[in-house]
Amino acid sequence: MANTTNLSTDKKTAWGGGKSPFSVSYGKLMMWIFLLSDAFTFSSLLIAYGFIRYSFPSPMENTIVKPLSHVAEHFTEAMNKAGLFVQDHWPAPELVFNHFPFIHGLHLPLFFVSLMTFILIFSSVTMVLAVEAGHRMQKKEVANYMLLTIIGGAAFLGCQAWEWTTFIGEGARLYGNPFGPRSFAALFFIVTGFHGFHVFSGVVLNVIIYINVLNGTYEKRGHYEMVEKVGLYWHFVDLVWVFVFTFFYLI
Amino acid sequence: MSDHNMNNHHEDHGHHKETFISKYIFSMDHKMISRQFLITGIIMGTLGMLMSMIFRLQLAYPDMKFSFLEGILGHWGKDGKLDPNFYLALITIHGTIMVFFVLTAGLSGTFSNLLIPLQVGARDMASPFMNMLSYWFFFLSSAVLVFSLFVDGGPASAGWTVYPPLSALPKAIPGSGTGMTLWLVSMILFIASSLLGGINYIATILNMRTKGMKMTRLPLTIWAFLVTAVLGLLSFPVLLGGSLLLVFDRSFGTSFYLSEIVAEFAGGIERTGGSPILFQHLFWFLGHPEVYIILLPALGITSEVIATNSRKPIFGYRAMIGSILAIGVLSFIVWGHHMFLTGMNPFLGSVFMLGTLIIAVPSAVKTFNYLATLWQGNLQLTPAMMFAIGLVSLFISGGLTGIYLGNAALDINLHDTYFVVAHFHLVMGSAAIFGMMSGIYHWFPRMFGRMMNETAGQIHFWLTLISAYCVFFPMHFMGLAGVPRRYYANTAYDQFNVFIDMNQFITIAALLGGLAQVIFLVNFFYSALKGRKAPQNPWKSNTLEWTAPVEHLHGNWPGEIPHVYRWAYDYSKPGHNEDFIPQNVPDKGQIDPLDESNGLPEPVNTENSANH
Repeated sequence: MANTTNLSTDKKTAWGGGKSPFSVSYGKLMMWIFLLSDAFTFSSLLIAYGFIRYSFPSPMENTIVKPLSHVAEHFTEAMNKAGLFVQDHWPAPELVFNHFPFIHGLHLPLFFVSLMTFILIFSSVTMVLAVEAGHRMQKKEVANYMLLTIIGGAAFLGCQAWEWTTFIGEGARLYGNPFGPRSFAALFFIVTGFHGFHVFSGVVLNVIIYINVLNGTYEKRGHYEMVEKVGLYWHFVDLVWVFVFTFFYLI
Repeated sequence: MSDHNMNNHHEDHGHHKETFISKYIFSMDHKMISRQFLITGIIMGTLGMLMSMIFRLQLAYPDMKFSFLEGILGHWGKDGKLDPNFYLALITIHGTIMVFFVLTAGLSGTFSNLLIPLQVGARDMASPFMNMLSYWFFFLSSAVLVFSLFVDGGPASAGWTVYPPLSALPKAIPGSGTGMTLWLVSMILFIASSLLGGINYIATILNMRTKGMKMTRLPLTIWAFLVTAVLGLLSFPVLLGGSLLLVFDRSFGTSFYLSEIVAEFAGGIERTGGSPILFQHLFWFLGHPEVYIILLPALGITSEVIATNSRKPIFGYRAMIGSILAIGVLSFIVWGHHMFLTGMNPFLGSVFMLGTLIIAVPSAVKTFNYLATLWQGNLQLTPAMMFAIGLVSLFISGGLTGIYLGNAALDINLHDTYFVVAHFHLVMGSAAIFGMMSGIYHWFPRMFGRMMNETAGQIHFWLTLISAYCVFFPMHFMGLAGVPRRYYANTAYDQFNVFIDMNQFITIAALLGGLAQVIFLVNFFYSALKGRKAPQNPWKSNTLEWTAPVEHLHGNWPGEIPHVYRWAYDYSKPGHNEDFIPQNVPDKGQIDPLDESNGLPEPVNTENSANH
């Protein structure tokens, strides 16, 4: 690690060869490069989403249902009847995603997905703490925070499974959608599915690293860089979710 | 030398006993992987070329029967007549193979792998394991594509750009079925390979240069490979996204690329709400940078070969780097020029047109720098040099027509005609092949430790050059007359029938070109096994790869990695008694590699070196 006193000479020789210009190992550099590339994959899907989303008129304006108001048993049909879900208008996401586990008959727009977002962001916080503990070589702390991160990731995946099940239960399919244009559901499944696949991979990686931490692999190695590398990936997955959340639910 | 620990960690692996499998098949040595890429590329290239021979025969003699076709194609060539569906399959697979498998993986896979560690002074790639995976993904991808030739309905037939709806509706044409699915599988594997390779190339170039190898001392080949890897890294993922959506459209009933218009033609399927234009945007966001992924390594190789064989420093080294970077950036913002006729807003069209025409500036900078490097040089006309000069020629001829095609208004006339075919076959097809050939002839001694036959190389060059111009130059006129590409038989239309003689001429020239490649193949494989042993530095080149032992060594250099004291182009430096000063030679009194060289090295004992 470069310390601050010889930064000026570092700058001169940083690109001179014989060492990394960014003072990172090749492994960490590769992770950054991979994430850059992966960002473009997500961008392509989100741009496809934008392309199709804006080929439809904006959602109908909702003047009927307010947050926390009671909703009928057959909410989708009611919205269909009220003209809020129509085939040639994009549906309003807050009317589609208004369910919460164990609570029935209440209009809770985006409450559940907000909880999911909170869980994922919180798991990023625990990941930061794990990385920080790694710098201090505190094996036990690293392990504990890694475990919390894994639990957070798994909880997010569980939430997503519930969200998908509810959505499918209401009739959403890759090829059809009771809320409006068919592409709405298809895009939802593909983009959140692709993100969920990344979260799943992240959880698997975290579990592997967690086991290695417990076994003392990094203690022996003298540094916890692997934790940092999966940390980078985990934060990236988190960041992508912020965009997915914004584009699918908020806009 | 604690800084160098990173580079040395591969040495530990050198002591393991190497089995046949670990040495030749699942090798993690970049030099072996580079040879694997090259040979796979050559096999795929031969296949792609044979395909072009078959459809050229069809275009020249649409009414004739070739009984051998039934022998090699089976029911696709019944009674010696090429089946129209298989004609479409052939042009599709020819394009796919040439663009992706030969000129992307075969070209940059080979030379990035060979040259990056050797020229920057590293023991191997940053991650030799990922490097091996990269090759094996490429191999699998090639195998799947070749396998798709044999499935029911034939391989993908929607053109190499696989536009929907032909690619999105499995029942559209015979090739839209299993063949198209396999094409997508193959492409996804290919993207994985290119990603694994690209990450490695970038990490190696940035992190593992030897001491003194500043970015401004890198050979231009390395700059070209670096920008190529960045382009691939940022553009292939977009094709991945596009292909993913296409897979869902084909197999899971979504309709991202299917609109009302398509649905109507497809017999009233209820698949609406998407747009085929979306695929074109996603495809060309890859597709245009892809052109430079193909071209830049060829240009990098050319820079190196021309400077070495002119015995002169490359003209405008920093301008060359600048133009590589400029081409890299611009390539991402011009994809719309492939889509001028999709109903694009004319204002948007003019933005894409402006960007496209601006690419002519860095391209011209490169061309003039090549010419200025050649000017009054002490030219060594080796086959590598001939091919490099040939590249410059083709780059000019093909590049000029790019200015026509980049023009949104002219494109109304020229779009999808043979003018386009002529343009890209000259500027990226033939030019990049010439760059690849130049690289093979130049670095063959480095790759195989043997020399190629020079006379055969010269014959190969002249036949290939003549054939390239005879094939593609007449196509411009057909294109200007409006002959569309991808038609099975132009004789069916009176206004295109007049070109039948020209088509025959082109086909004969193409067969000649194919024959020339046989000379190359024989030369290549014979020399690899039986050629003359290569000397240490056959071309008297400055770059680091020629300081490594001829016999391949795990870890590249036996002792310490050489340090670098100068840029790669100190040829014919006045006052020095040799006409080249390798990068690892310090000037008198130059101790720190990071110091700029100012003066001359100690005179070389010239008793044993050839005169010049």
